[in-house]
Amino acid sequence: MLKHLFNFIIFPGFLFTAVVGLAASWIDRKVTARVQWRVGPPWYQPLADLVKLSIKEITIPKNASKVVFLLAPLFGLSAVILAATFIWQANIQLGASGFTGDIVVILYLLTLPAIALILGSSASGNPLASLGVSREIKLMLAYELPFIICIIVPIIKSSGFLKMTDLIAFQAINGVFVSNISGILAILVAVFCMQAKLGLVPFDMAEAETEIMGGIYIEYSGILLAVLKLTKTIMMVALPVFLSSIFWGGFSVWKYVVLLVVMILMRNTNPRVRIDQALRFFWYRMTSLAIIAVLLATLGM
Amino acid sequence: MSLKLKALTKSIWVYHMSTGSCNNCDIEILDLLTPRFDVERFGIILVGSIRHADAILVTGALNLKTIPRIKNIYEQAPKPCVVIAIGACACGQGIFAKGPNTPDPVDSVLPVDAYIPGCPPKPEAMIAAIVKLIEKLKGKG
Repeated sequence: MLKHLFNFIIFPGFLFTAVVGLAASWIDRKVTARVQWRVGPPWYQPLADLVKLSIKEITIPKNASKVVFLLAPLFGLSAVILAATFIWQANIQLGASGFTGDIVVILYLLTLPAIALILGSSASGNPLASLGVSREIKLMLAYELPFIICIIVPIIKSSGFLKMTDLIAFQAINGVFVSNISGILAILVAVFCMQAKLGLVPFDMAEAETEIMGGIYIEYSGILLAVLKLTKTIMMVALPVFLSSIFWGGFSVWKYVVLLVVMILMRNTNPRVRIDQALRFFWYRMTSLAIIAVLLATLGM
Repeated sequence: MSLKLKALTKSIWVYHMSTGSCNNCDIEILDLLTPRFDVERFGIILVGSIRHADAILVTGALNLKTIPRIKNIYEQAPKPCVVIAIGACACGQGIFAKGPNTPDPVDSVLPVDAYIPGCPPKPEAMIAAIVKLIEKLKGKG
């Protein structure tokens, strides 16, 4: 019991993932600045932002539903910490952790932060927040379908393993899944879905600072906003590590860096798309690609 | 206390409130975010929502329509929050000092922490003002 609590709170759960995530979000801001010929913030900037937010006042709107508004960010954070703990454990203790079907559980846990944000933001009673919420719901409907379909590919290729450690062990013996065409298609779809899940630039219409002023985050202030930022930061570690474990034969630092650089470059070279364009992109192009990947995987390619 | 103050001064998120300015000061504020001046070096970023703001930048001479609105904005801001008046109009009403629609200067409505005069002030002047404001906050704390 105490060991599980340690795993959840300190290593490899909350504290460790948060530190890695803060470093990653600093790299993100610094590379963005360098791409735009700027200098960029110092290394402690994400931490300074979090500390600053946690000593600010929490404002609650008058017509907000208080309990949901206050609890939703914590709900999302705990879900994503649990997902991160599962994902790291599968990579650290090969064969000794996890249970059959933990991939399904992780998929659900990675969906929960978005749902928590939708709940909390729609409880705030702000019209711009409700606009952001409607976009976030549509975006979720768009990216969840191809994401789940492309997660089926490694399960088919490993002839039915539903446990992360089994998948990693299978890849260690039989070669990584991205070495053939169905795996490449699946990880391509998964990278686009990861971008949308993180709400990074081509798919940040739910946040859209320049048009709906922060959208889903508009009414959150103080430590609640810090919790929301931390949730996103931890997602930025959990998702790439998850993808590299199930498609690319387990975590390693350079695989994480490659996925992070892909995310940052995609974010810096694209404008924000409209919600209908994103929906069309995910449902028509990405879902078809994911289905093709599944068919190829069943044919053994 | 010093950690708090350090975090507050190292990460200033600004909210830009135009109270009927001619847009000249607003364009100079945007200059600060461009690669030439790049205030993100000091952790300063522009935010869209007043709930995230640590500093409110006020430009323009307050008129009858914007006085209740800027009071409303200031009440919505999470404290601690500073107010910076930018440009001749916001500092002392400029050429609108005797205008019938501009009865009050900004500092009679809000507690202003820093004044940046100029029509419009240069980006260098704004950076100097922010440095002085941080020095003042450190002296206080």
